[in-house]
Amino acid sequence: MTDITASSFVRQDLVAERPAPVRTTGFIGLVRTRLLNSPTNILLTILGALLLWYTVIPALKFLLVDAVWTGTDRTACLPEKAGFVVGACWPYIQAKLPQLIYGFYPEAERWRVNLTFILAAVLLLPLLIPRLPAKGLNSGLFFFAFPVIAFFLLHGGGINGFGLSWTAGLLQLFDDSVIGAGQGLVGLSKSSAIGPLLWVIGNFIVLVGTAIQWLIFPLTWLRGQLQAGGQSIWIDFAITTIVISLILFYLGGGMRTGWRALASSIATFIGIAIVIKLMGLDHGGLPIVTTNLWGGLLVTLVVSVTGIVTSMPIGIALALGRRSTIPLIRIFSIAFIEFWRGVPLITVLFFATYMLPLFLPGNFSVDGLMRALIGIALFTGAYQAENVRGGLAAIPRGQGEAASALGLSWWKTTSLIVLPQALRHVIPNLVNSFISLFKDTSLVSIVALFDLLGSLRASFSDPVWSTPSTAFTGFAFAGIIYFIFCFGMSRYSLFVEKRLNVHRRN
Amino acid sequence: MSTEARKPPPQIALKLRRALGGKAGWNGVAVQLAFAAILGWIAFEIISNARTNLANQHIAAGFGFLRNNAGFDVNQSLIPYTGSDTFLRVFVVGLLNTLVVSVVGIVFATVIGFIIALCRLSPNWLLSRVGEIYVEVIRNLPLLFQLLFWYLAVLAALPNPRQSISLLGIAFISNRGLVIPSPIGESGFAPFLAVLTFGIVASLALRIYARRALYQYGHMIRIWPYVLGLLFGLPLVTTLIFGLPFTFELPQLKGFNFAGGSRIIPEFVALAVALSTYTAAFIAEIVRAGILSVHKGQMEAGSSLGLSRGATLRLIVVPQAMRVIVPPLTNQYLNLTKNSSLAVGIGYPDLVSVFAGTSLSQTGQAIEIIAMTMAVYLLISLLTSAVMSVYGWRINRSLGA
Repeated sequence: MTDITASSFVRQDLVAERPAPVRTTGFIGLVRTRLLNSPTNILLTILGALLLWYTVIPALKFLLVDAVWTGTDRTACLPEKAGFVVGACWPYIQAKLPQLIYGFYPEAERWRVNLTFILAAVLLLPLLIPRLPAKGLNSGLFFFAFPVIAFFLLHGGGINGFGLSWTAGLLQLFDDSVIGAGQGLVGLSKSSAIGPLLWVIGNFIVLVGTAIQWLIFPLTWLRGQLQAGGQSIWIDFAITTIVISLILFYLGGGMRTGWRALASSIATFIGIAIVIKLMGLDHGGLPIVTTNLWGGLLVTLVVSVTGIVTSMPIGIALALGRRSTIPLIRIFSIAFIEFWRGVPLITVLFFATYMLPLFLPGNFSVDGLMRALIGIALFTGAYQAENVRGGLAAIPRGQGEAASALGLSWWKTTSLIVLPQALRHVIPNLVNSFISLFKDTSLVSIVALFDLLGSLRASFSDPVWSTPSTAFTGFAFAGIIYFIFCFGMSRYSLFVEKRLNVHRRN
Repeated sequence: MSTEARKPPPQIALKLRRALGGKAGWNGVAVQLAFAAILGWIAFEIISNARTNLANQHIAAGFGFLRNNAGFDVNQSLIPYTGSDTFLRVFVVGLLNTLVVSVVGIVFATVIGFIIALCRLSPNWLLSRVGEIYVEVIRNLPLLFQLLFWYLAVLAALPNPRQSISLLGIAFISNRGLVIPSPIGESGFAPFLAVLTFGIVASLALRIYARRALYQYGHMIRIWPYVLGLLFGLPLVTTLIFGLPFTFELPQLKGFNFAGGSRIIPEFVALAVALSTYTAAFIAEIVRAGILSVHKGQMEAGSSLGLSRGATLRLIVVPQAMRVIVPPLTNQYLNLTKNSSLAVGIGYPDLVSVFAGTSLSQTGQAIEIIAMTMAVYLLISLLTSAVMSVYGWRINRSLGA
């Protein structure tokens, strides 16, 4: 048996230091592993570098190095005058800036536009930061109060009635139309094969219309009394406040639990009263600036914000309709959605501009901006419906079933359980639709509205500033504005998406 | 004696209620009736208002105007057209122009999109950044903005025809558009065409035959030499026998403009460039997502079976990626076709521009013209979605088998 210690090996000297492994991190590592690691890759790197060299460098040179920064008219930006190859002509942007932002909005009234922008930013920013509280109040202010205030700020004008007068007016209009339809049918029955049937139906409709007329008579009578008196708005306002608050009090649970609803309703109406008083809406409000004077970034933002705000309810209603089991409503929703999604926005704008006025009563004129807004709201609503539907489909059935098991009605199940979860699911998709809506607002320039792009195009034809680089400068400026808005929104949607998926990671 | 299961009761009333009112039952029926009444009321209002408004403007409703003379010129038409042709012909001219620019745009968008996608997927850091910048910049600018940029800034800044930029001496770009050589048919054209058709049909048949041999008997048949011979060799031989199928007429500068060749109007160039570069950014993202959606293990499994990298890509990765790519890709093609209606912004004579634009302002027949225009686009998108659902059905079937 050999001695085990004799055969054991004990190393006496230290192992020589091995060279450090090749760095794969940091700048050097990046260059080594991802730029120059093989002949093909070296070739591709050279190709990429050349591409950048021939696009980025000339662009920077045009925008900054060769640019003209001061001047009063086109001569400053002419190569003969400046003595070098002229790049961007920034004085042109400076001169046209008011037009690009406000259009032809009167100079003395531009503070109203600025105020609206500030108001929007103040309301929107806290809404976008997830950590801040009071999202409900904030979104209520932004989606319901802000559009109304913005309308009276931007457009001007006052109100000559409130809830009661408007309700009475609307009902009256509806009733007149019903009676008109009945009389039309009766008239038609004289020259028709199914005359007697039409006569019966027509007379029945007229009868219904007359009944409605008697039903709404107290309302219309009250309106007449109010308008005969002087301070009609405030009496009308008080009546509306009392009626709506009482209804909410009753719906909120009456004496037992309704106090909260009552308090919030009264607070809302006090807020409305303050706004009416502050803006002097009861005395005609601010001077009216008609929409054909609006232009530039103002129109772009007005169209996109209105599109966003109005398309959401349309989209939610259509999405719920499409998932409904009631046949007629489902078929109507599907047809409506597929129709608007199947046609280009341009044709929708043409439809809204040329066809819609034919469909409205002759004494009822809608101005150009409003028409485009209607078209865009319908178009975007159809797209939002598909987004919302995706969210609704992602909610497990068990949620709705649990709600029914608790005895909640369909409305409560939808509004309290299903919709909040579904909407949270699809925020990134909704933001993406808003990005495309924001980009699509540029199309309104085709139907003679001067949005940012339209104003830009109009400014090209100004002979005072016609130089070879005017067009490029204008496009660079507008492009930067569009890019900032769209890129910002897309980053925000990525941020929300990441936040929403926190629990799903790992 | 065995007891037979009793048939379930027919429950006719229940089924009827379900069919008529959905889950909500008779309440649903009531809702539907109210909804139908509202729809009927709106329809009545629309029709009666439209009738009075048209009567006030002295416009006769109906499609009779389509037979009237249009009386305006169109600066690009695929079929012969003069100002004395009817509005119906204007409609056809506009539709063909829309289709032409869409097809050209789709081809270029696909090519550019795939190149950008490859750039973004490339292991080369710089190239993938270049691809990313392209996609981000293009996607975050409105299409109309890009269209106007190409038309008003880039094309307008090009030199006039006398100093036009020459591409290899055969095509010329100037601010009057792109001039390219036009092919002129010669005596050998008919046999050339016949042989080419034969070659295409024969190679398709060969491919089907090789597939069948592979799947049924496991025979690998190499067909590409025959296909090459059929597609290129045969036409070449025919050319040698019968003479050239066509010659190109080169554009020549005469005075202030080009003579000969065919001129492509600048509006077409701007529209095609804007549409294809814009859609390419979206296509690149779709292709990239499709290829990334195939699990890494698929590639590894392929190489462990001894397939080469190319064969793995061709046989394993791409077919699976295609399943993810094709539906959104089709959607982008559809979007491109719909976006081609932006032509009206720069005056390219597409359907919206000449029909819903010029014809509408000349005749005032808003309802008929806009309905026809919308119907065309609606038809295209419905057809596409029908084709796509057939495709989806086939994919599902092939996966299920």
